[in-house]
Amino acid sequence: MNVLRLPRQDVILFAVFAIVVLTMPIWLTPFGAAYPGLMQKFAIFAIFAVGFNILFGLTGYLSFGHAAFLGVGSYTAVWSFKLFTMDAIPALIFAVLMSGVFALGIGFVSLRRSGIYFAILTLAFAQMSYNLAYSVLTPITNGETALQLTNNDPRVIDMMFMERTAGLPSPSIFGQPLGGIGGFYLCAVLLLVAFFIAQKVFASPFGMMLRAIKSNQTRMSYTGFNTRPYALTAFVISGMYAGLAGGLLAVTDPLAGAERMEWTASGEVVLMTILGGVGTLVGPVIGAWLIKYLENIFSAFNEGMLHATFSWLPDGVEDIVVAVTSKFVGEGWHLTLGLVFVLIVVFLPGGIMEGVRRIRSAVANRRDNRRTRFSTSAAE
Amino acid sequence: MEAIFAQLLNGLDKGGAYALIALGLTLVFGTLGVVNFAHGALFMLGAFCAVAFRELITYEIVTTDPEQLSPWGSPLEIRTPIAQQYLGDWGAVIIDYSVPLSILLAIPVMLIIGIVMERGLIKHFYNRPHAEQILVTFGLAIVLQELVKTFFGPNPIPQPMPSTFRGAADVGSWLGLTPGAVTYPWWRLVYFLFSIGILSAVFAFLRFTTFGMVVRAGMADRETVRLLGIDIDRRFTLMFGLAAVVAGLAGVMYTPLLPPNYHLGMEFLVLSFVVVVVGGMGSLPGAVAAGFLLGILQSFASMTAIKNLIPGIDQIIIYLLAVVILLVRPRGLMGRRGVMES
Repeated sequence: MNVLRLPRQDVILFAVFAIVVLTMPIWLTPFGAAYPGLMQKFAIFAIFAVGFNILFGLTGYLSFGHAAFLGVGSYTAVWSFKLFTMDAIPALIFAVLMSGVFALGIGFVSLRRSGIYFAILTLAFAQMSYNLAYSVLTPITNGETALQLTNNDPRVIDMMFMERTAGLPSPSIFGQPLGGIGGFYLCAVLLLVAFFIAQKVFASPFGMMLRAIKSNQTRMSYTGFNTRPYALTAFVISGMYAGLAGGLLAVTDPLAGAERMEWTASGEVVLMTILGGVGTLVGPVIGAWLIKYLENIFSAFNEGMLHATFSWLPDGVEDIVVAVTSKFVGEGWHLTLGLVFVLIVVFLPGGIMEGVRRIRSAVANRRDNRRTRFSTSAAE
Repeated sequence: MEAIFAQLLNGLDKGGAYALIALGLTLVFGTLGVVNFAHGALFMLGAFCAVAFRELITYEIVTTDPEQLSPWGSPLEIRTPIAQQYLGDWGAVIIDYSVPLSILLAIPVMLIIGIVMERGLIKHFYNRPHAEQILVTFGLAIVLQELVKTFFGPNPIPQPMPSTFRGAADVGSWLGLTPGAVTYPWWRLVYFLFSIGILSAVFAFLRFTTFGMVVRAGMADRETVRLLGIDIDRRFTLMFGLAAVVAGLAGVMYTPLLPPNYHLGMEFLVLSFVVVVVGGMGSLPGAVAAGFLLGILQSFASMTAIKNLIPGIDQIIIYLLAVVILLVRPRGLMGRRGVMES
């Protein structure tokens, strides 16, 4: 099984990662985040960010329209539920394939340009999909009401095996319902698969080629490589990741709305990747988790909770502190997000992973210094 | 014929807004070499200058009149806007004209915001990759729009236009067409003329003043200008301030046409980027031409006849055009050689 082989370091990384992901319900409990809805989001957006990083981190092409693929994935999955069966597997397969097709088309056109022009092109395509989903494509997307399951959907395959029951069916896998924690484990396993594939891509000659595109595309083409097929492959792969994430969103909650394709959603995945660390394997995952966690915590805060938090301050001071901090939580949490984002780009463009690396090298340096000092003094 | 003419007019005011925003965007790009995703937020801030100005002058002072009684027996409270309280009838006029008058507030405010933004943040990104410039200004745009949201709330705040300009002008009859066939709201006409005025002012400034000449020289060859002993960076900072003012004024005057809300900027940003790219990065005439072109195209695409022919075309025409232009003419309509081609 050569396909599954990885360098030793990557195997260790994967094992650690798998343990961390699968034990999430345990270690997230002290943070108050161990409920299925949130953990599903952790896994789903990690998939999205890991996929985005394959494009942006390796090739350096900054796409501002990746949410379009997420949306396409969601719509496809819901349609699969409506037309064929409530089973999650075909829904996800269709979602991945369909977003792959979309990515192929959009990437084929957009990759003719690079830099900011590429960003604008992808943005233009995403906006087109978004606007169309709201207007003419309403028969497919159900416009503003969002695409939902209804009781008289055909569900051809399901109907062959069972009777139509009252009440809406919910997504299942091999006949097992996928509520709550089951849904999380499906997402988690798929995250592991996605992470593994990303590791393979990073370690492969193909990944090397993508990095070369990032560092010097001109030289690549002078050496006789046609870089576009490689970049396009990366684009399609990352589009499929986004489609998988979108499909999972639909599996955990069978509903698909156009706002998933809005360009702020595309901005969010860029942010996750940057925050964690562009071009690293683990970075985007951490970024996605952090943002989703903070979103959950911050947006839940309200003034009453702030008053409780700062009740130890003197009265007047407390009111001021609460008045100021309340702007950053609850509804205003996007403000915090924006600030964090600006600070990260200004001071730590490599994201959290670069921070970790800097700290580690600083520690290592100090240790080295001490060792050399000892050795020189011993030599004397 | 008349329908086509009417759509042409309809596109002009929107085109004017696109041209003004895109002009600032491309000016910043041409001078500082920075891709500014926060430029739409400047447009939005301008619009909220108008909102703030109006809230300021219509702040109500409550006086009680012991002579009169309200229906439920307590002394009657009289609320007068502060401007009317102190300026009498002139105050009422000022309130009526609050939108154009808030230009006076918007100019210094936007200039300061622009300069602070440039000195405080953008300055450090001159030589960083474009991706990082996009990201940091994108973050800044989020911060600005969320700040506005905390102060003014999430809902659109309608701004009335001066009463003189309500109603529509019978443009058709001026040109000898059947009266009433082609009408055009007065304020949109005002906006169009206003945008033409600002655009020509900016062009005249760059063309006929020494300052403008130095800036143009700096756009062409920054190093040489610096070697001549001119502090080009300071002038570029001022140009950033100017771009902010232009965007802000575009926003102020647009408020009666579209009630501003906090994410107004993002909506216009995407479009104005498309305008800049279509016009050619760094080309000022290109940005203006593309702005009007896209505005007019958009209004043509929303004609019923065309919508019936190609459903949904009105939603995507701008992006579609951008895609086509970028593929067949990567430099845009009037792009200069060597700009952003790496």
